[in-house]
Amino acid sequence: MSLLYFFFGVLSILAIASAIVTIASRNPVRSAFALIFHFFMLAGLYLTLNAQFIAVIQILVYAGAIMVLVVFVIMLLNLSDEERLTERFDFRRAIAIAFGVIFVIQISIAVFLPTTINFNIHKESAKIGTAQFIGKVLFSDYLVPFEIVGILLISAIIGAIVLAKRKVD
Amino acid sequence: MQSVPLEFYLIVSAILFTIGTVGVLTRRNAIVVFMSIELMLNSVNLTFVAFSAFMGDAAGQIFVFFIMAIAAGEATIGLAIVLALFRNKQTVYVDEANMLKG
Repeated sequence: MSLLYFFFGVLSILAIASAIVTIASRNPVRSAFALIFHFFMLAGLYLTLNAQFIAVIQILVYAGAIMVLVVFVIMLLNLSDEERLTERFDFRRAIAIAFGVIFVIQISIAVFLPTTINFNIHKESAKIGTAQFIGKVLFSDYLVPFEIVGILLISAIIGAIVLAKRKVD
Repeated sequence: MQSVPLEFYLIVSAILFTIGTVGVLTRRNAIVVFMSIELMLNSVNLTFVAFSAFMGDAAGQIFVFFIMAIAAGEATIGLAIVLALFRNKQTVYVDEANMLKG
């Protein structure tokens, strides 16, 4: 159990640190690589929750597909470092930070209120996380949403081609 | 079965969501804004997986699967918009994209 706490602590601290590097770094390539590291840490956190399938999909889809696209676009545009990190309006940054502080305080209050329910990880959670179980549920109860996601991805592909195409007129 | 309490996962998720929000609201680079949106989506995914494991219900993990599919679609469209913006204005900074301003 203490080993689980150790893994949780290390993974969550590294995840938060790499998220901060992502939004604070001047160089977009460094941001992208910090985000890839963040995705690996999140996959580790999913493993502490016995969600093996989601952890593998996280690395395949986010670190493997989405971030390759992002890094590719950054390299293609050949961006230099930003001389000004944030936008001109300073009051907007103040609003953002105030909003963030209020949000964290709210969540902490809501979460640390004494509750009578003593949640512990479900004893079947290791079974739920497997690809076999997820596949069974996905192709029976959630078949229609699954098909609709296919249509959505096709329309996203067509939209991306139309948007990124060079005009030939 | 003993584990880390659910509250810890929710707090980590809230902190990550807040970091993502601050990134979206303050950064100028459209690609970094886009990466901050991914941070927010991922923090919500962490909440979904935590609740799914603690309640013993697979629905949370199915939702995470769908959110990842939506995020992939969003990534293609968002980066295509960034490319179109760069082609027309030679910039990716959101405060310089003001073509629709009256």
